[in-house]
Amino acid sequence: MFDVEIVRNDFPLLKRMVHGKPLVYLDNAATSQKPLSVIEAIERYYTEENANIHRGVHWLSERATEAYENARARIARYINAASPQEVVFTRGTTESINLVAFSWGWKNLREGDEILISAMEHHSNIVPWQMICARTGAKLRVIPVSDSGELLLDEYRNLLNRKTRIVAVTHVSNVLGTVNPVSQMIQWAHENGSLFLLDGAQSIPHMDVNVRDLDCDFFAFSGHKLFGPTGIGVLYGKFALLDEMDPYQGGGDMIRSVTFEKTIYNSVPHKFEAGTPHISGGIGLGEAIDYLEKLNRHAAEIHETNLLHYGESLLRGIPGVRIIGNAKEKAGAISFLMDGVHPHDVGTILDQEGVAIRTGHHCCQPLMERFGIPATARASLAFYNSREDLDTLAEALGKVRNIFH
Amino acid sequence: MRMSDLRDLYQEVILDHSRNPRNFRKSETANRTAVGYNPLCGDKMTLFITVENGIITDASFQGSGCAISTASASMMTESLKGKTEEEADEMFQQFQNMVTAPMDQEPETEALGKLRVFAGVREFPARVKCASLAWHTLEAAIHEDTEEPVSTE
Repeated sequence: MFDVEIVRNDFPLLKRMVHGKPLVYLDNAATSQKPLSVIEAIERYYTEENANIHRGVHWLSERATEAYENARARIARYINAASPQEVVFTRGTTESINLVAFSWGWKNLREGDEILISAMEHHSNIVPWQMICARTGAKLRVIPVSDSGELLLDEYRNLLNRKTRIVAVTHVSNVLGTVNPVSQMIQWAHENGSLFLLDGAQSIPHMDVNVRDLDCDFFAFSGHKLFGPTGIGVLYGKFALLDEMDPYQGGGDMIRSVTFEKTIYNSVPHKFEAGTPHISGGIGLGEAIDYLEKLNRHAAEIHETNLLHYGESLLRGIPGVRIIGNAKEKAGAISFLMDGVHPHDVGTILDQEGVAIRTGHHCCQPLMERFGIPATARASLAFYNSREDLDTLAEALGKVRNIFH
Repeated sequence: MRMSDLRDLYQEVILDHSRNPRNFRKSETANRTAVGYNPLCGDKMTLFITVENGIITDASFQGSGCAISTASASMMTESLKGKTEEEADEMFQQFQNMVTAPMDQEPETEALGKLRVFAGVREFPARVKCASLAWHTLEAAIHEDTEEPVSTE
Protein backbone atom coordinates (compact mmCIF):
# COMPACT_ATOMS: atom_id res chain seq x y z
CA MET A 1 0.00 0.00 0.00
CA PHE A 2 1.36 3.42 -0.91
CA ASP A 3 -0.41 6.51 0.35
CA VAL A 4 1.20 9.64 -1.01
CA GLU A 5 -0.50 11.87 1.60
CA ILE A 6 1.11 9.88 4.42
CA VAL A 7 4.49 9.89 2.68
CA ARG A 8 4.34 13.67 2.15
CA ASN A 9 4.06 14.14 5.92
CA ASP A 10 7.59 12.77 6.25
CA PHE A 11 9.01 15.73 4.27
CA PRO A 12 8.73 18.95 6.28
CA LEU A 13 9.69 21.23 3.40
CA LEU A 14 6.72 20.12 1.30
CA LYS A 15 4.46 21.99 3.75
CA ARG A 16 5.99 25.35 2.83
CA MET A 17 4.16 28.22 1.22
CA VAL A 18 5.86 30.05 -1.68
CA HIS A 19 4.55 33.47 -2.84
CA GLY A 20 1.50 32.78 -0.69
CA LYS A 21 0.74 29.48 -2.44
CA PRO A 22 1.41 25.91 -1.28
CA LEU A 23 4.72 24.74 -2.72
CA VAL A 24 4.50 22.34 -5.64
CA TYR A 25 8.00 20.93 -5.87
CA LEU A 26 8.73 19.54 -9.32
CA ASP A 27 12.50 20.05 -9.44
CA ASN A 28 13.53 16.70 -8.02
CA ALA A 29 16.05 15.96 -10.74
CA ALA A 30 18.01 18.99 -9.48
CA THR A 31 17.74 17.95 -5.85
CA SER A 32 15.23 16.07 -3.73
CA GLN A 33 13.66 17.08 -0.43
CA LYS A 34 14.73 15.27 2.74
CA PRO A 35 12.61 13.21 5.11
CA LEU A 36 12.56 14.29 8.76
CA SER A 37 14.46 11.13 9.73
CA VAL A 38 17.46 12.28 7.65
CA ILE A 39 17.36 15.79 9.10
CA GLU A 40 17.17 14.33 12.61
CA ALA A 41 20.01 11.89 11.99
CA ILE A 42 22.29 14.77 11.01
CA GLU A 43 21.24 16.76 14.05
CA ARG A 44 21.73 13.70 16.30
CA TYR A 45 25.21 13.16 14.90
CA TYR A 46 26.26 16.73 15.72
CA THR A 47 24.54 16.74 19.13
CA GLU A 48 25.61 13.31 20.31
CA GLU A 49 28.33 11.70 18.21
CA ASN A 50 30.50 14.34 16.51
CA ALA A 51 34.19 13.35 16.41
CA ASN A 52 36.74 12.58 13.76
CA ILE A 53 36.75 9.06 12.45
CA HIS A 54 39.27 6.27 11.86
CA ARG A 55 41.92 7.66 14.18
CA GLY A 56 40.70 8.47 17.65
CA VAL A 57 41.00 5.88 20.40
CA HIS A 58 38.36 7.67 22.40
CA TRP A 59 34.79 6.53 22.77
CA LEU A 60 33.28 9.34 20.71
CA SER A 61 35.54 8.72 17.74
CA GLU A 62 34.59 5.06 17.83
CA ARG A 63 30.89 5.99 17.79
CA ALA A 64 31.40 8.33 14.81
CA THR A 65 33.48 5.75 12.92
CA GLU A 66 30.87 3.11 13.54
CA ALA A 67 28.03 5.34 12.33
CA TYR A 68 29.94 6.33 9.18
CA GLU A 69 31.02 2.79 8.30
CA ASN A 70 27.53 1.52 9.08
CA ALA A 71 26.19 3.93 6.49
CA ARG A 72 28.67 2.58 3.96
CA ALA A 73 27.50 -0.96 4.68
CA ARG A 74 23.83 0.02 4.32
CA ILE A 75 24.55 1.66 0.97
CA ALA A 76 26.48 -1.42 -0.20
CA ARG A 77 23.53 -3.62 0.74
CA TYR A 78 21.05 -1.27 -0.95
CA ILE A 79 22.80 -1.41 -4.32
CA ASN A 80 23.83 -5.06 -3.81
CA ALA A 81 27.59 -4.43 -3.92
CA ALA A 82 29.70 -7.48 -3.09
CA SER A 83 31.08 -5.73 -0.01
CA PRO A 84 31.17 -2.30 1.67
CA GLN A 85 34.73 -1.94 0.35
CA GLU A 86 33.23 -1.39 -3.08
CA VAL A 87 31.50 1.79 -1.87
CA VAL A 88 33.72 4.88 -2.07
CA PHE A 89 32.32 8.05 -0.53
CA THR A 90 32.70 11.12 -2.75
CA ARG A 91 31.14 14.59 -2.91
CA GLY A 92 28.65 13.44 -5.50
CA THR A 93 28.21 11.98 -8.97
CA THR A 94 30.53 14.59 -10.48
CA GLU A 95 33.40 13.70 -8.19
CA SER A 96 32.74 9.98 -8.65
CA ILE A 97 33.12 10.31 -12.42
CA ASN A 98 36.18 12.54 -12.07
CA LEU A 99 37.72 9.96 -9.77
CA VAL A 100 37.38 7.22 -12.39
CA ALA A 101 38.45 9.49 -15.26
CA PHE A 102 41.60 10.63 -13.47
CA SER A 103 42.56 7.59 -11.42
CA TRP A 104 41.64 4.77 -13.80
CA GLY A 105 42.04 6.89 -16.95
CA TRP A 106 45.46 8.31 -16.15
CA LYS A 107 46.83 4.85 -15.51
CA ASN A 108 45.15 3.00 -18.36
CA LEU A 109 44.52 5.34 -21.28
CA ARG A 110 47.03 5.70 -24.10
CA GLU A 111 47.12 7.75 -27.27
CA GLY A 112 44.55 6.44 -29.75
CA ASP A 113 42.38 4.74 -27.10
CA GLU A 114 38.70 5.61 -27.21
CA ILE A 115 36.19 6.61 -24.56
CA LEU A 116 32.58 6.19 -25.56
CA ILE A 117 29.90 8.45 -24.09
CA SER A 118 26.44 9.39 -25.40
CA ALA A 119 24.77 12.49 -26.81
CA MET A 120 22.49 12.73 -23.76
CA GLU A 121 25.21 13.03 -21.12
CA HIS A 122 25.28 15.67 -18.41
CA HIS A 123 28.34 17.92 -18.56
CA SER A 124 29.71 15.97 -15.59
CA ASN A 125 29.95 12.87 -17.78
CA ILE A 126 31.53 14.79 -20.66
CA VAL A 127 34.05 17.26 -19.29
CA PRO A 128 36.12 14.92 -17.05
CA TRP A 129 36.61 12.64 -20.07
CA GLN A 130 37.62 15.57 -22.26
CA MET A 131 40.15 16.58 -19.62
CA ILE A 132 41.71 13.12 -19.43
CA CYS A 133 41.66 12.87 -23.26
CA ALA A 134 43.68 16.09 -23.42
CA ARG A 135 46.26 14.60 -21.04
CA THR A 136 46.51 11.11 -22.54
CA GLY A 137 45.74 11.54 -26.24
CA ALA A 138 42.67 9.32 -25.98
CA LYS A 139 39.64 10.19 -28.13
CA LEU A 140 36.07 10.85 -27.10
CA ARG A 141 33.38 9.22 -29.27
CA VAL A 142 29.65 9.84 -28.92
CA ILE A 143 26.66 7.49 -29.29
CA PRO A 144 23.95 9.47 -31.12
CA VAL A 145 20.37 9.85 -29.95
CA SER A 146 17.14 9.54 -31.98
CA ASP A 147 14.49 12.25 -32.37
CA SER A 148 12.37 10.50 -29.76
CA GLY A 149 15.29 10.64 -27.32
CA GLU A 150 16.58 7.07 -27.43
CA LEU A 151 20.17 5.98 -27.94
CA LEU A 152 20.82 4.50 -31.38
CA LEU A 153 21.91 1.01 -30.39
CA ASP A 154 23.09 -0.04 -33.84
CA GLU A 155 25.36 2.99 -33.86
CA TYR A 156 26.53 2.03 -30.38
CA ARG A 157 27.53 -1.44 -31.57
CA ASN A 158 29.35 0.07 -34.55
CA LEU A 159 31.22 2.50 -32.33
CA LEU A 160 32.45 -0.25 -30.01
CA ASN A 161 35.81 -1.40 -31.31
CA ARG A 162 39.09 -2.75 -30.01
CA LYS A 163 40.23 0.77 -29.08
CA THR A 164 37.20 1.38 -26.84
CA ARG A 165 38.55 1.20 -23.30
CA ILE A 166 35.54 2.45 -21.38
CA VAL A 167 31.90 3.31 -22.04
CA ALA A 168 30.41 5.99 -19.77
CA VAL A 169 26.67 6.46 -20.16
CA THR A 170 23.82 7.75 -18.09
CA HIS A 171 21.24 5.27 -16.80
CA VAL A 172 18.42 7.83 -17.02
CA SER A 173 18.58 11.15 -18.90
CA ASN A 174 18.12 14.20 -16.66
CA VAL A 175 16.52 16.09 -19.56
CA LEU A 176 14.62 13.52 -21.62
CA GLY A 177 13.77 11.07 -18.85
CA THR A 178 14.89 8.24 -21.14
CA VAL A 179 15.75 5.00 -19.35
CA ASN A 180 18.58 3.51 -21.37
CA PRO A 181 18.74 -0.26 -21.98
CA VAL A 182 21.90 -0.50 -19.94
CA SER A 183 21.93 -4.23 -19.18
CA GLN A 184 22.23 -4.96 -22.88
CA MET A 185 24.69 -2.11 -23.40
CA ILE A 186 26.91 -3.32 -20.56
CA GLN A 187 26.89 -6.85 -21.95
CA TRP A 188 27.98 -5.63 -25.38
CA ALA A 189 30.72 -3.48 -23.86
CA HIS A 190 32.06 -6.45 -21.91
CA GLU A 191 31.95 -8.70 -24.98
CA ASN A 192 34.09 -6.03 -26.60
CA GLY A 193 36.52 -6.00 -23.67
CA SER A 194 35.50 -2.47 -22.56
CA LEU A 195 34.67 -1.31 -19.06
CA PHE A 196 31.31 0.36 -18.33
CA LEU A 197 30.66 3.32 -16.03
CA LEU A 198 27.00 3.93 -15.34
CA ASP A 199 25.94 7.42 -14.27
CA GLY A 200 23.12 6.64 -11.85
CA ALA A 201 22.39 10.16 -10.58
CA GLN A 202 18.92 10.15 -12.16
CA SER A 203 18.10 6.45 -11.94
CA ILE A 204 18.58 5.42 -8.32
CA PRO A 205 15.98 7.92 -7.00
CA HIS A 206 13.35 6.24 -9.18
CA MET A 207 14.16 2.53 -9.33
CA ASP A 208 15.91 -0.29 -7.54
CA VAL A 209 19.51 -0.58 -8.67
CA ASN A 210 21.34 -3.87 -8.39
CA VAL A 211 24.92 -3.27 -9.47
CA ARG A 212 25.80 -6.96 -9.60
CA ASP A 213 22.77 -7.82 -11.77
CA LEU A 214 23.62 -4.91 -14.07
CA ASP A 215 27.26 -6.00 -14.00
CA CYS A 216 28.46 -2.39 -14.46
CA ASP A 217 32.09 -1.81 -13.51
CA PHE A 218 31.41 1.58 -11.93
CA PHE A 219 28.19 3.18 -10.72
CA ALA A 220 28.08 6.84 -9.67
CA PHE A 221 25.33 8.65 -7.77
CA SER A 222 24.63 11.64 -5.52
CA GLY A 223 23.18 11.56 -2.03
CA HIS A 224 21.18 14.76 -2.39
CA LYS A 225 19.11 13.44 -5.28
CA LEU A 226 18.38 10.32 -3.21
CA PHE A 227 16.70 12.19 -0.33
CA GLY A 228 20.00 12.54 1.54
CA PRO A 229 22.25 15.57 2.20
CA THR A 230 24.25 17.54 -0.35
CA GLY A 231 28.01 17.12 -0.54
CA ILE A 232 27.97 13.33 -0.29
CA GLY A 233 27.88 10.79 -3.09
CA VAL A 234 29.04 7.34 -3.97
CA LEU A 235 31.30 5.67 -6.43
CA TYR A 236 30.65 1.95 -6.59
CA GLY A 237 33.42 0.03 -8.31
CA LYS A 238 34.22 -3.64 -8.66
CA PHE A 239 36.82 -4.46 -6.02
CA ALA A 240 39.48 -5.75 -8.42
CA LEU A 241 39.32 -2.53 -10.44
CA LEU A 242 39.38 -0.21 -7.42
CA ASP A 243 42.21 -2.24 -5.94
CA GLU A 244 44.50 -1.71 -8.92
CA MET A 245 43.67 1.99 -9.30
CA ASP A 246 45.92 4.67 -7.83
CA PRO A 247 44.61 7.16 -5.27
CA TYR A 248 42.87 10.21 -6.62
CA GLN A 249 44.01 12.68 -3.97
CA GLY A 250 46.70 12.46 -1.34
CA GLY A 251 46.43 13.29 2.34
CA GLY A 252 45.40 11.91 5.68
CA ASP A 253 43.30 8.79 6.05
CA MET A 254 44.28 7.43 2.61
CA ILE A 255 47.67 6.17 3.80
CA ARG A 256 48.95 3.17 5.71
CA SER A 257 52.36 4.67 6.44
CA VAL A 258 54.22 7.78 5.38
CA THR A 259 57.94 8.50 5.36
CA PHE A 260 59.68 11.10 3.26
CA GLU A 261 61.05 8.29 1.12
CA LYS A 262 57.95 6.19 0.61
CA THR A 263 54.26 6.25 1.34
CA ILE A 264 52.16 3.11 1.44
CA TYR A 265 48.53 3.66 0.57
CA ASN A 266 45.59 2.50 2.59
CA SER A 267 43.32 -0.22 1.25
CA VAL A 268 40.14 0.19 -0.81
CA PRO A 269 37.98 2.23 -0.30
CA HIS A 270 39.98 4.40 2.12
CA LYS A 271 42.80 5.08 -0.32
CA PHE A 272 40.27 7.16 -2.32
CA GLU A 273 39.08 9.13 0.69
CA ALA A 274 41.83 11.59 1.57
CA GLY A 275 41.16 14.00 4.40
CA THR A 276 38.34 14.17 6.90
CA PRO A 277 35.26 13.14 4.97
CA HIS A 278 31.70 14.46 5.08
CA ILE A 279 30.84 12.32 8.09
CA SER A 280 27.39 13.73 8.75
CA GLY A 281 26.68 13.47 5.03
CA GLY A 282 27.50 9.78 4.95
CA ILE A 283 25.36 9.19 8.03
CA GLY A 284 22.51 11.23 6.50
CA LEU A 285 22.70 9.23 3.27
CA GLY A 286 22.65 5.98 5.23
CA GLU A 287 19.51 7.23 6.97
CA ALA A 288 17.92 8.15 3.62
CA ILE A 289 18.52 4.60 2.46
CA ASP A 290 16.92 3.31 5.65
CA TYR A 291 13.92 5.46 4.86
CA LEU A 292 13.72 4.06 1.31
CA GLU A 293 14.02 0.49 2.56
CA LYS A 294 11.05 1.02 4.87
CA LEU A 295 9.00 2.44 2.03
CA ASN A 296 7.16 0.06 -0.24
CA ARG A 297 9.55 0.71 -3.10
CA HIS A 298 7.63 -1.35 -5.59
CA ALA A 299 4.40 0.54 -4.94
CA ALA A 300 6.30 3.86 -4.94
CA GLU A 301 7.74 3.06 -8.36
CA ILE A 302 4.29 2.26 -9.76
CA HIS A 303 2.94 5.49 -8.26
CA GLU A 304 5.72 7.45 -9.95
CA THR A 305 5.23 5.78 -13.31
CA ASN A 306 1.52 6.55 -13.15
CA LEU A 307 2.34 10.15 -12.24
CA LEU A 308 4.68 10.47 -15.19
CA HIS A 309 2.02 9.23 -17.58
CA TYR A 310 -0.60 11.45 -15.98
CA GLY A 311 1.68 14.49 -16.24
CA GLU A 312 2.51 13.79 -19.86
CA SER A 313 -1.15 13.40 -20.80
CA LEU A 314 -2.02 16.67 -19.02
CA LEU A 315 0.74 18.53 -20.85
CA ARG A 316 -0.22 17.03 -24.20
CA GLY A 317 -3.72 18.38 -23.63
CA ILE A 318 -2.48 21.98 -23.44
CA PRO A 319 -2.41 23.61 -26.88
CA GLY A 320 1.08 24.61 -27.98
CA VAL A 321 2.90 22.41 -25.47
CA ARG A 322 5.41 19.96 -26.91
CA ILE A 323 7.19 17.28 -24.88
CA ILE A 324 10.91 16.85 -25.61
CA GLY A 325 11.87 13.22 -25.09
CA ASN A 326 9.35 10.55 -26.03
CA ALA A 327 11.28 7.37 -25.33
CA LYS A 328 9.31 4.20 -24.66
CA GLU A 329 10.94 3.81 -21.26
CA LYS A 330 10.99 6.97 -19.17
CA ALA A 331 11.50 7.90 -15.53
CA GLY A 332 11.54 11.09 -13.52
CA ALA A 333 11.66 14.00 -15.94
CA ILE A 334 9.23 15.64 -18.34
CA SER A 335 10.89 18.29 -20.50
CA PHE A 336 8.63 20.52 -22.53
CA LEU A 337 8.40 23.64 -24.62
CA MET A 338 5.50 26.03 -24.96
CA ASP A 339 4.94 27.64 -28.33
CA GLY A 340 6.07 31.25 -28.43
CA VAL A 341 7.10 31.36 -24.77
CA HIS A 342 10.70 30.97 -23.69
CA PRO A 343 11.20 28.34 -20.93
CA HIS A 344 12.68 31.02 -18.67
CA ASP A 345 9.43 33.02 -18.84
CA VAL A 346 7.46 29.83 -18.18
CA GLY A 347 9.61 29.20 -15.09
CA THR A 348 9.09 32.69 -13.66
CA ILE A 349 5.31 32.59 -14.07
CA LEU A 350 5.03 29.07 -12.60
CA ASP A 351 7.13 30.19 -9.64
CA GLN A 352 4.57 32.87 -8.85
CA GLU A 353 2.03 30.03 -8.58
CA GLY A 354 4.26 28.17 -6.12
CA VAL A 355 5.33 25.66 -8.77
CA ALA A 356 9.08 24.99 -8.78
CA ILE A 357 10.46 23.61 -12.04
CA ARG A 358 13.83 23.92 -13.74
CA THR A 359 14.41 25.81 -16.94
CA GLY A 360 17.54 26.07 -19.05
CA HIS A 361 19.93 23.65 -20.69
CA HIS A 362 20.15 21.39 -17.60
CA CYS A 363 23.94 21.08 -17.99
CA CYS A 364 23.37 19.28 -21.31
CA GLN A 365 24.35 21.86 -23.92
CA PRO A 366 25.32 19.24 -26.57
CA LEU A 367 21.89 17.59 -26.17
CA MET A 368 20.14 20.96 -26.57
CA GLU A 369 22.12 21.47 -29.75
CA ARG A 370 21.10 18.00 -30.97
CA PHE A 371 17.45 18.99 -30.63
CA GLY A 372 18.07 22.50 -31.98
CA ILE A 373 16.69 24.24 -28.89
CA PRO A 374 18.36 26.64 -26.45
CA ALA A 375 16.55 25.39 -23.38
CA THR A 376 13.58 23.44 -22.04
CA ALA A 377 11.26 23.68 -19.09
CA ARG A 378 11.47 20.52 -17.01
CA ALA A 379 9.12 19.13 -14.40
CA SER A 380 10.78 16.28 -12.50
CA LEU A 381 9.13 13.92 -10.07
CA ALA A 382 9.71 12.08 -6.83
CA PHE A 383 7.48 9.51 -5.15
CA TYR A 384 6.12 12.22 -2.82
CA ASN A 385 4.56 14.13 -5.71
CA SER A 386 0.82 13.81 -6.20
CA ARG A 387 -1.61 14.12 -9.08
CA GLU A 388 -2.70 17.41 -7.50
CA ASP A 389 0.86 18.71 -7.99
CA LEU A 390 0.55 18.02 -11.70
CA ASP A 391 -2.94 19.51 -11.86
CA THR A 392 -1.50 22.72 -10.37
CA LEU A 393 1.30 22.64 -12.94
CA ALA A 394 -1.21 22.37 -15.77
CA GLU A 395 -3.36 25.19 -14.35
CA ALA A 396 -0.30 27.39 -13.97
CA LEU A 397 0.66 26.70 -17.58
CA GLY A 398 -2.78 28.01 -18.48
CA LYS A 399 -1.83 31.28 -16.75
CA VAL A 400 1.37 31.43 -18.80
CA ARG A 401 -0.80 31.20 -21.89
CA ASN A 402 -3.07 33.99 -20.61
CA ILE A 403 -0.17 36.35 -20.09
CA PHE A 404 1.48 35.66 -23.42
CA HIS A 405 -1.56 35.49 -25.70
CA MET B 1 -2.43 39.16 -5.26
CA ARG B 2 0.83 38.13 -6.88
CA MET B 3 -0.48 38.22 -10.44
CA SER B 4 -0.15 42.02 -10.29
CA ASP B 5 3.59 41.63 -9.72
CA LEU B 6 3.80 39.43 -12.80
CA ARG B 7 2.05 42.19 -14.70
CA ASP B 8 4.80 44.57 -13.49
CA LEU B 9 7.29 42.27 -15.17
CA TYR B 10 5.35 41.32 -18.27
CA GLN B 11 3.93 44.72 -19.19
CA GLU B 12 2.11 45.00 -22.50
CA VAL B 13 4.89 47.02 -24.09
CA ILE B 14 7.45 44.37 -23.08
CA LEU B 15 5.30 41.57 -24.46
CA ASP B 16 4.82 43.54 -27.68
CA HIS B 17 8.56 44.03 -28.17
CA SER B 18 9.25 40.36 -27.37
CA ARG B 19 6.71 39.21 -29.97
CA ASN B 20 7.79 41.74 -32.60
CA PRO B 21 11.32 42.81 -31.82
CA ARG B 22 12.36 46.06 -33.52
CA ASN B 23 15.70 46.39 -35.30
CA PHE B 24 15.96 42.62 -35.41
CA ARG B 25 18.41 42.42 -38.29
CA LYS B 26 22.03 42.20 -39.22
CA SER B 27 23.65 45.51 -40.07
CA GLU B 28 25.98 46.03 -43.04
CA THR B 29 27.17 49.41 -41.82
CA ALA B 30 27.97 48.46 -38.21
CA ASN B 31 31.46 49.37 -37.05
CA ARG B 32 30.98 47.92 -33.57
CA THR B 33 29.64 44.44 -32.84
CA ALA B 34 29.64 42.23 -29.79
CA VAL B 35 28.17 38.87 -28.81
CA GLY B 36 26.38 38.54 -25.48
CA TYR B 37 25.67 35.23 -23.82
CA ASN B 38 23.78 34.18 -20.72
CA PRO B 39 25.01 30.66 -19.95
CA LEU B 40 22.29 30.17 -17.34
CA CYS B 41 19.45 30.15 -19.84
CA GLY B 42 21.24 29.91 -23.18
CA ASP B 43 20.24 33.41 -24.32
CA LYS B 44 22.56 34.60 -27.03
CA MET B 45 22.58 37.81 -29.03
CA THR B 46 24.74 39.68 -31.48
CA LEU B 47 24.56 43.44 -31.31
CA PHE B 48 25.40 45.72 -34.25
CA ILE B 49 26.19 49.37 -33.62
CA THR B 50 27.10 52.07 -36.12
CA VAL B 51 28.94 55.02 -34.61
CA GLU B 52 29.63 58.11 -36.72
CA ASN B 53 31.47 61.09 -35.21
CA GLY B 54 30.79 59.81 -31.73
CA ILE B 55 27.06 59.45 -32.37
CA ILE B 56 25.18 56.15 -32.58
CA THR B 57 23.37 56.29 -35.91
CA ASP B 58 22.15 52.71 -36.04
CA ALA B 59 21.67 49.83 -33.61
CA SER B 60 20.28 46.38 -34.32
CA PHE B 61 20.49 42.85 -32.96
CA GLN B 62 19.94 39.19 -33.72
CA GLY B 63 19.70 36.14 -31.51
CA SER B 64 17.37 34.14 -29.34
CA GLY B 65 16.26 34.73 -25.81
CA CYS B 66 13.40 34.98 -23.38
CA ALA B 67 10.73 37.67 -23.51
CA ILE B 68 12.62 39.94 -21.13
CA SER B 69 15.99 39.77 -22.88
CA THR B 70 14.44 40.13 -26.35
CA ALA B 71 12.28 43.09 -25.35
CA SER B 72 15.20 44.71 -23.56
CA ALA B 73 17.41 44.44 -26.65
CA SER B 74 14.62 45.66 -28.92
CA MET B 75 13.82 48.73 -26.82
CA MET B 76 17.48 49.45 -26.20
CA THR B 77 18.28 49.57 -29.93
CA GLU B 78 15.33 51.95 -30.46
CA SER B 79 16.43 54.31 -27.74
CA LEU B 80 20.12 54.39 -28.69
CA LYS B 81 19.77 56.06 -32.07
CA GLY B 82 21.03 59.63 -32.01
CA LYS B 83 22.75 59.24 -28.66
CA THR B 84 26.44 59.91 -28.09
CA GLU B 85 28.59 57.14 -26.67
CA GLU B 86 28.74 59.04 -23.35
CA GLU B 87 24.96 59.23 -23.24
CA ALA B 88 24.78 55.50 -23.96
CA ASP B 89 27.17 54.85 -21.07
CA GLU B 90 24.99 56.95 -18.79
CA MET B 91 21.90 55.01 -19.89
CA PHE B 92 23.70 51.73 -19.18
CA GLN B 93 24.55 52.94 -15.66
CA GLN B 94 21.01 54.09 -14.94
CA PHE B 95 19.49 50.92 -16.37
CA GLN B 96 21.79 48.75 -14.30
CA ASN B 97 20.93 50.74 -11.16
CA MET B 98 17.23 50.59 -11.90
CA VAL B 99 17.12 46.79 -12.14
CA THR B 100 19.44 46.08 -9.23
CA ALA B 101 18.72 48.82 -6.65
CA PRO B 102 17.32 47.69 -3.28
CA MET B 103 13.53 47.92 -3.13
CA ASP B 104 13.59 50.81 -0.63
CA GLN B 105 15.58 53.07 -2.96
CA GLU B 106 14.43 55.22 -5.85
CA PRO B 107 17.24 55.11 -8.40
CA GLU B 108 17.86 57.89 -10.92
CA THR B 109 16.16 56.99 -14.23
CA GLU B 110 15.96 60.33 -16.02
CA ALA B 111 17.98 59.20 -19.04
CA LEU B 112 15.90 56.06 -19.56
CA GLY B 113 12.57 57.37 -20.85
CA LYS B 114 10.27 54.50 -21.80
CA LEU B 115 12.93 51.98 -20.75
CA ARG B 116 11.56 52.56 -17.23
CA VAL B 117 9.07 49.74 -17.94
CA PHE B 118 11.87 47.37 -16.95
CA ALA B 119 11.81 48.66 -13.36
CA GLY B 120 9.57 45.69 -12.45
CA VAL B 121 12.46 43.30 -13.08
CA ARG B 122 13.88 44.41 -9.73
CA GLU B 123 11.30 42.20 -7.98
CA PHE B 124 12.57 39.13 -9.86
CA PRO B 125 16.27 38.75 -9.03
CA ALA B 126 16.56 35.63 -11.22
CA ARG B 127 15.60 37.72 -14.23
CA VAL B 128 17.87 40.76 -13.82
CA LYS B 129 20.48 39.21 -16.08
CA CYS B 130 17.89 38.71 -18.81
CA ALA B 131 17.10 42.43 -18.80
CA SER B 132 20.71 43.56 -18.65
CA LEU B 133 22.26 41.19 -21.22
CA ALA B 134 21.72 43.63 -24.12
CA TRP B 135 23.22 46.47 -22.09
CA HIS B 136 26.33 44.53 -21.11
CA THR B 137 26.74 43.60 -24.76
CA LEU B 138 26.40 47.27 -25.70
CA GLU B 139 29.13 48.26 -23.25
CA ALA B 140 31.43 45.68 -24.81
CA ALA B 141 30.56 46.87 -28.32
CA ILE B 142 31.15 50.57 -27.77
CA HIS B 143 34.29 50.00 -25.78
CA GLU B 144 35.44 47.45 -28.38
CA ASP B 145 36.11 44.86 -25.74
CA THR B 146 34.79 42.12 -27.97
CA GLU B 147 37.34 39.34 -28.28
CA GLU B 148 35.35 37.00 -26.05
CA PRO B 149 31.55 36.80 -25.96
CA VAL B 150 30.22 38.91 -23.10
CA SER B 151 28.82 36.69 -20.41
CA THR B 152 26.37 37.61 -17.69
CA GLU B 153 28.08 35.09 -15.40
